[in-house]
Amino acid sequence: MTDTTNGMTDTEAGTPEPVIRLSGVRAELGSRPVLRGIDLTVSRGEVVALLGANGSGKSTAVRSIIGQVPVSAGEIELFGTPRRRFRDWARVGYVPQRTTAAGGVPATVTEVVTAGRLSRARFGILRKADHAAVRRALELVRMADRAKDPVDALSGGQHQRVLIARALAAEPELLIMDEPMAGVDLASQEVLAETLREQVAGGATVLLVLHELGPLEPLIDRAVVLRDGCVLHDGPPPKAVGQHALPGHDHVHPHAPAGAGPIRTGLLS
Amino acid sequence: MELLDYAFMQRALLAAVLVGITAPAIGIYLVQRRQPLMGDGIGHVAMTGVGLGFLLNASPVWMATAVSALGAILMELIRWYGRTRGDIALAMLFYGGMAGGVMFVSVTPGGSTANLSSYLFGSLSTVSPSDVTAIALLSAFVVAVTLGLRRQLFAVSLDEEFARVTGLPVRALNLLTAVTAAVTVTVAMRVVGLILVSALMVVPVAAAQQLTRSFAATFAVAVTIGVTVTLGGTVTSYYQDVPPGATIVLLTIAAFLVLTALAAPLARRRARAAAAARPAADPAECAIPASRAAGDEVGV
Repeated sequence: MTDTTNGMTDTEAGTPEPVIRLSGVRAELGSRPVLRGIDLTVSRGEVVALLGANGSGKSTAVRSIIGQVPVSAGEIELFGTPRRRFRDWARVGYVPQRTTAAGGVPATVTEVVTAGRLSRARFGILRKADHAAVRRALELVRMADRAKDPVDALSGGQHQRVLIARALAAEPELLIMDEPMAGVDLASQEVLAETLREQVAGGATVLLVLHELGPLEPLIDRAVVLRDGCVLHDGPPPKAVGQHALPGHDHVHPHAPAGAGPIRTGLLS
Repeated sequence: MELLDYAFMQRALLAAVLVGITAPAIGIYLVQRRQPLMGDGIGHVAMTGVGLGFLLNASPVWMATAVSALGAILMELIRWYGRTRGDIALAMLFYGGMAGGVMFVSVTPGGSTANLSSYLFGSLSTVSPSDVTAIALLSAFVVAVTLGLRRQLFAVSLDEEFARVTGLPVRALNLLTAVTAAVTVTVAMRVVGLILVSALMVVPVAAAQQLTRSFAATFAVAVTIGVTVTLGGTVTSYYQDVPPGATIVLLTIAAFLVLTALAAPLARRRARAAAAARPAADPAECAIPASRAAGDEVGV
């Protein structure tokens, strides 16, 4: 039933070395199918946006890639290795959808970001180079001056920058981000876009879940649109036009009714 | 310090110090995971272990360690698999553990539930030399885990999903946390008792948080508070002839109240210091800037 998309992913076959490869991935939450056979390939150096309305399965798709959601059928590969046998997690930086700001105990920005370096630290022992990497990650998101502040004192945008620094602390080749722009003020959005630009310029591969393209639009090579757990569109990102194309435009609008045209799943209007 | 002349008091003080260190040391991770009452649940399950110890004529401390470790692992498994009915399963585990303890003690020849009370409420003065050996060994394990794996446990307790993507063995670490908590419960059992054990895991951490801003500082202050109240409570109970477990818990709550009262002026002083250190470019008062910055743009 999703075979219509196969032709599109096959056109990517000419690109070498897929970093992420999903084929025919199905997943259920309870008895409800959330992914109904997803094919998705992200090649080295690509920036791919995963778009779709709420409940379209985009978060479930990325969480299946990191092994957080059990998959009932299909294959997932990371860097050419089946995910079940993949152990090289230092190559992957993950930014979860923003949840609670902190745990039940206070923790500083540095403590949280240091947790992201553990994938490079043997037995959790941090060396000078590891602390330097943590500092660098904080500088990248321009949070170095808040290093000793408790995370629960930060704004939503600053907190998001800390979570991205945590993912960058391991100096990953692949960044997976789940709605990094959700609830983030414009100033932080600019910082995030700039950080991402630097990462992409440095050769990073990026898979982003986005609700809309927003300020990241110029960075995105390819957009994959999901609807009801199926890939609806896989190709160049839809171009923003008119007022939507203005830099810094914050795209806020009520969503199209459920019966609207197929490619308009909350992404374009 | 005449109280140090008595061998039973030396043992009591040593056990008290070890509990003061270990209970907050594992408690901080339970609080961070937002499962502060896990220690309480393990305490209930440990009752069955104590009862079995009586029945089989084995050491109640080691029996309680084994049974509560099994119970803690079971709780962790319920947390993974039993999504919706998890709370019901946990309740059955807790109260089943308690009832099992009472039952095993009752069927022990010559046993009565009165034997249980020293485990329920603690009985520092009857800590035997073999108890001290067990407590010291178990404490060494707890300290090794909570300090040696502090970075891994911090990461897992803060964000399991992210910890998994850093390649940490999340399930193994969760099981280790559960077993370490179970071990701590049995360490503390003789000092504050199974009923009050959870207080010593949670309240020092909550008290420390009133003053601290980092995880490392919270850990250090919580352990300091733990050792202070267990020593203070033990000494008080010696001179005033009051039960040590209750004294220690009441002292811990008093420490929490005092630190909470101190926290407000401390926060004000920090705010003033921050205001003094703040560069002129970042004034505390509002000012209308001459030109608009990127962050001023409001989406339409």
